[in-house]
Amino acid sequence: MIVYTLLVVSLIVFAITQILPADAAVMMLGENATPEALDALRQTMGLDAPIWQQYATWLWHVVQGDLGTSLRTGQPVGPAMFEALGRSLLLALFSIGLMLVLAIPLGIIAAIRRGKIADMVVSLVSYAGVALPEFVTATIAVLLFADWMKWLPPTGYVPLTDNFLDGISHLVLPVCVISIILIAHVSRMVRSELVDVLHTDYIRAARLKGLSRGHVLRRHALRNALLPTITIVALDVGYLLGGVIVVEEIFAIPGIGRQLIVAIQARDLPAIQAGVLIMAATYSIVNFIADILYAWLDKRIQYD
Amino acid sequence: MTEFIKRLLKTPQGAIGTFLVVLVLAIVVFGPMVAPYDPEKLSPLARYKGPSMMYWLGTDQYGRDIFSRLLIGARATVVMAVLATIAGTLIGALIGTASAFLGGRADELIMRTIDAVMSIPSLLFALLVVNLLGSSTVNALVAVAIAFAPGMARITRSVALSVRKQDYVNAAIARGESSAYIIRREMLPNVIAPIIVEMTIRVSFAVMLFATLSFLGLGAQPPAAEWGLMVSEARRYMHLSAGILIWPSVAIAIVAVGFNLLGDGLRDALNPRT
Repeated sequence: MIVYTLLVVSLIVFAITQILPADAAVMMLGENATPEALDALRQTMGLDAPIWQQYATWLWHVVQGDLGTSLRTGQPVGPAMFEALGRSLLLALFSIGLMLVLAIPLGIIAAIRRGKIADMVVSLVSYAGVALPEFVTATIAVLLFADWMKWLPPTGYVPLTDNFLDGISHLVLPVCVISIILIAHVSRMVRSELVDVLHTDYIRAARLKGLSRGHVLRRHALRNALLPTITIVALDVGYLLGGVIVVEEIFAIPGIGRQLIVAIQARDLPAIQAGVLIMAATYSIVNFIADILYAWLDKRIQYD
Repeated sequence: MTEFIKRLLKTPQGAIGTFLVVLVLAIVVFGPMVAPYDPEKLSPLARYKGPSMMYWLGTDQYGRDIFSRLLIGARATVVMAVLATIAGTLIGALIGTASAFLGGRADELIMRTIDAVMSIPSLLFALLVVNLLGSSTVNALVAVAIAFAPGMARITRSVALSVRKQDYVNAAIARGESSAYIIRREMLPNVIAPIIVEMTIRVSFAVMLFATLSFLGLGAQPPAAEWGLMVSEARRYMHLSAGILIWPSVAIAIVAVGFNLLGDGLRDALNPRT
């Protein structure tokens, strides 16, 4: 499954980078290179081979862990990309953590108090959350908390291992910006799942049996209502990875999103290929784990 | 139809959503006619003005009237988003229906491939497509449409499959109705409803995706009055006047919330059961 996904992604990525109007040989030697020099370089790089052969060679190298050499820096792409991925994952993990801490209680409160003021406030917040793209919320957040109130640094990245507190303070704004849309989405999902579960016969049976509201909620309702959240969160990782691109660009965080933007702007084909492949792989692996986790928690589902 | 509209307007989401979307569409149609100023006219003496009787929402870093720019930019922002969503939905619906209709191995192959395509974040996909075609508004439209197609294909397929299994379809088959009748009268009305709901909600995503592409310099180009581009350009001058940043953000938010609410309202109105 993951293998097929990555194969298709590798084909798409390779196809797109092949159609891109960029000639790797011209990029490396500059516009003024002689045709002979260009031909020689193309020959050594294998660029004169038929497309399918280039694809096979590239794929073979990728399978062996060699993601190619950057046309921009001349350094191997793989190590740089994975280092950047680490920083992005840190950002993503903090965002998912913040989202879970806030979205699940919000969704539960809205579901139990359906139609009451608390429910309306939560839906209002969730509508507001999906109303603005990340670059707008990020810009407004910088203006408010960095420029006016001077509480937090506007941009930049400090590794947590260098200076923990400084590193955290640089992460607060990006993490909050990324989580907003996730919180809005997940709290709504939790609410609607829980509302559905609370209307089932087994919940009514448990209440009629004389169990307390809290006990029914904790032992019966939440267990079933929170299961689909796993799938939702896993699918939202795709959204998260997209959001990371914009947020890293705005807050100048040297993560994989920023690397990709730089690579796309410079038409650095090997870097683009590697970046997209790593992002797609991350998404597929997360969803694969979510599927397994789901089946493990819900015994009614069995995968072959 | 009137009964349906009544049902839509009865819920708060439906009523507010309809109001906002009608407002936005009115601005799209009539905005350029009522705009008080030329959106690209520079007035160096009237830069960074706050809201006043003369400039309702103030002026930007070049002294251009923000209100006029928003009114005229509505076309670039909203029309493109709607068109891209419709195009993406059509492509997706075609693939999804074909997949559900073919079934078996072909269905499996198509859906696995769609899963694979969806593992590339849609923003990244759009970035790659725009980079491939060159940055312009039309290319951004194509990019967003292509980025939306796989998701819509998945939804169409699952809806078509679940409708096919419904009792009323089996009942129609048992009654001896023709396939054309069943598809037209029994399946289509039930397949279209969820797709329209999804499409309405996706318009707001499209607006944001367009704005984000423009922000990254890959969509509309200056001096266009596209809202995302306005936010992007305002970033450098926001310390001097927050209005340049706030107003186009509010405009984007109104469109996004409007289409989101309308989608939720439509969903409730189309499903009288819940």
